[in-house]
Amino acid sequence: MSAGDFSSDRPSALRRKLLFGMAAVPGLALLPRAVAAAAPAASVNSTGLAVTDSTVTVGILHSITGTMAISETGSVEAEKLAIAQINEQGGVLGRKIQVIQEDGASDWPTFAEKSKKLLVNDKVAAVFGCWTSASRKAVLPVFEQYNGMLYYPTFYEGLEQSKNVIYTGQEATQQILAGLDWVMKEKGAKTFYLLGSDYIWPRTSNKIARKHIEMHGLTVAGEEYFPLGNTEFNSVINKIKLKKPDVIYMSVVGGSNVAFYKQLKAAGIDLNKQTLMTISVTEDEILGIGGENIAGAYACMKYFQSLDNPNNKAFVPAFKKMWGEKAVIGDVTQAAYLGPWLWKLTVEKAGSFDIDKVAAASPGIEFKGAPEGYVRIHENHHLWSKSRVGRARADGQYDLVYETPDLMEPNPFPKGYQ
Amino acid sequence: MLMGYSFADLGSIFAMQAFAGLSLFSVFLLMALGLAIIFGQMGVINMAHGEFMILGAYVTYLCSGFFSAFLPGLYAIYFLVAMVLAFVVAGALGMAVEWLMIRHLYRRPLDTLLATWGLSLVLQQAYRSIFGAREVGVELPEWMMGSTHLSETIDIPINGLFVMALTVLITACVFAMMFRSSWGKKVRAVVQNRTMAGAVGIDTERVDRYTFGIGCGIAGVAGSAFTMIGSTGPTSGQLYIVDTFLVVVFGGAQSLLGTIASAFSISQAQSTMEFFLSGSMAKVLVLLGVVGILMLRPQGLFVIKVRR
Repeated sequence: MSAGDFSSDRPSALRRKLLFGMAAVPGLALLPRAVAAAAPAASVNSTGLAVTDSTVTVGILHSITGTMAISETGSVEAEKLAIAQINEQGGVLGRKIQVIQEDGASDWPTFAEKSKKLLVNDKVAAVFGCWTSASRKAVLPVFEQYNGMLYYPTFYEGLEQSKNVIYTGQEATQQILAGLDWVMKEKGAKTFYLLGSDYIWPRTSNKIARKHIEMHGLTVAGEEYFPLGNTEFNSVINKIKLKKPDVIYMSVVGGSNVAFYKQLKAAGIDLNKQTLMTISVTEDEILGIGGENIAGAYACMKYFQSLDNPNNKAFVPAFKKMWGEKAVIGDVTQAAYLGPWLWKLTVEKAGSFDIDKVAAASPGIEFKGAPEGYVRIHENHHLWSKSRVGRARADGQYDLVYETPDLMEPNPFPKGYQ
Repeated sequence: MLMGYSFADLGSIFAMQAFAGLSLFSVFLLMALGLAIIFGQMGVINMAHGEFMILGAYVTYLCSGFFSAFLPGLYAIYFLVAMVLAFVVAGALGMAVEWLMIRHLYRRPLDTLLATWGLSLVLQQAYRSIFGAREVGVELPEWMMGSTHLSETIDIPINGLFVMALTVLITACVFAMMFRSSWGKKVRAVVQNRTMAGAVGIDTERVDRYTFGIGCGIAGVAGSAFTMIGSTGPTSGQLYIVDTFLVVVFGGAQSLLGTIASAFSISQAQSTMEFFLSGSMAKVLVLLGVVGILMLRPQGLFVIKVRR
């Protein structure tokens, strides 16, 4: 698969390919590994992590039971795929990755407890995990106290930065600003109606969106929040009909989405005429909403399954081969896939599994095999990545309609937006 | 917020808003009817009520898949078949649960609470293992989607009308059964005085089992109908359970009329306030109102006098 071709200097990529070619010959299978694993465990691991001469242990910490299992399943699948691919190519510093998976059970204290177990008992070299901000906030002190490394996949509200976390999803300004600029320019939007679930991510996101809209001299016609799990949106849909905003800007999450889009359609609002932009509906959510109910809506994120680039063309079939033809890949799933790869590249640059060395080596790490295209880790441990706008089709996929020409700089503490 | 709009605009918005309120009312009532029978009549706090609803939703999902694969000609009416099946399946599971678990706990209401809560977790995980953790999308036949276009600005959602009609039908059935059939007479007798009912020859265990089964069956139908307006996933049942209990308790646990009145007042209050305030604020005020009224009238809106 082409994702393996991530090395920046040509000769070494070529050499690696040649080595893989040799590995395919059964009689020589052990040779390249023996060469790669030359460094003994003690020299690449000075802090007692679970690293032997032939293996390294990492943790996966997501909810596979409880409410959040809906969202987190895709992340687990992506991380396991990435790890399997890395192992196929010889592992990290010549060591095969072994996985210990723990279930956060959609319960934040459980996340904290399990992360402590992974770091203290299992001494894992890295953890790929968490989905909601609440779970990340719960494990953050554990990672900082016991000095672990967390690769966190979800797009989130920003306002956080830690030596012990690499944020592989977009922070709020990366996701929001480009999309708003696009809709202002392309659709000539003047009025916006902001609608979200009532917790930190939608509220922070809408705060940024409102600032940005007002900075352009445009109007926010309404801003509203509904409790998580709310299933009745008829009243607010009536309000939208009355106020006739140019854009409905959505950050409603979870099962509420299904109710909202079904009721919107039933109320006779045609998304081909009414512009709606969501920052919370990936291909995963469309499965539950039903493509016919959301067709025509725009989504603003960094990855769509339909992206047309060589990396993604290798990634999507590999994912489906491992997890079934019906599998869909949303933005967060792709971001989760980046975690193990970025970690591998960082460890190889640092020449060590030590957490401090990995954290220090992270800024500047480039991953050219990312399904979304090229990404690079910023000084602030977030990713430089492009923002994209997609339009939902009735079959549950997005058509790419716009992408930023350059990588967006991650800015978790945006000045002027707080 | 109403400044600067024409009368025609306002008129149509009020019409739509009235419809939104009625539609919320029928959703609340449909959710609560099954629980009103189980909690109100039998005194069983069924925390797994939401999971019985989702069972109905999954039955609908399976039906939809089955019809589109094998009987595409009849796809337009699959929903009606699905609702009947949802009633039968949820009802059967309800009776099995009653026989295996609930009947051993009748004298220990707090234990039933824990046991049914455990049951709800078991069912959730079962759905997750069978159908996957992700939500499933239930497709509707063409005629049930969209809206009737009454005027330039008034659109009445067809699925809303459908839920309303269904609610009226099921409420009528429940009333007929409770107050016009011999089964209903037996149920009411058992509720009023279990020992005495047994003494005059009523098989109280059988009555219990059927009552529980019918309550769960109605939950199944409600779940089936809600695939039109909400999500179908392993934990979707949790979205409904709080509102359901709220409606039943507020109405007075043992009174079906109370359930209707409470569904009506809560839904109207909520949808009106949602229009003038934000969604979260509306919910807060509704809950505050309910708490306030329950402090003054702990027994709920309507009470039936029962000899203990």
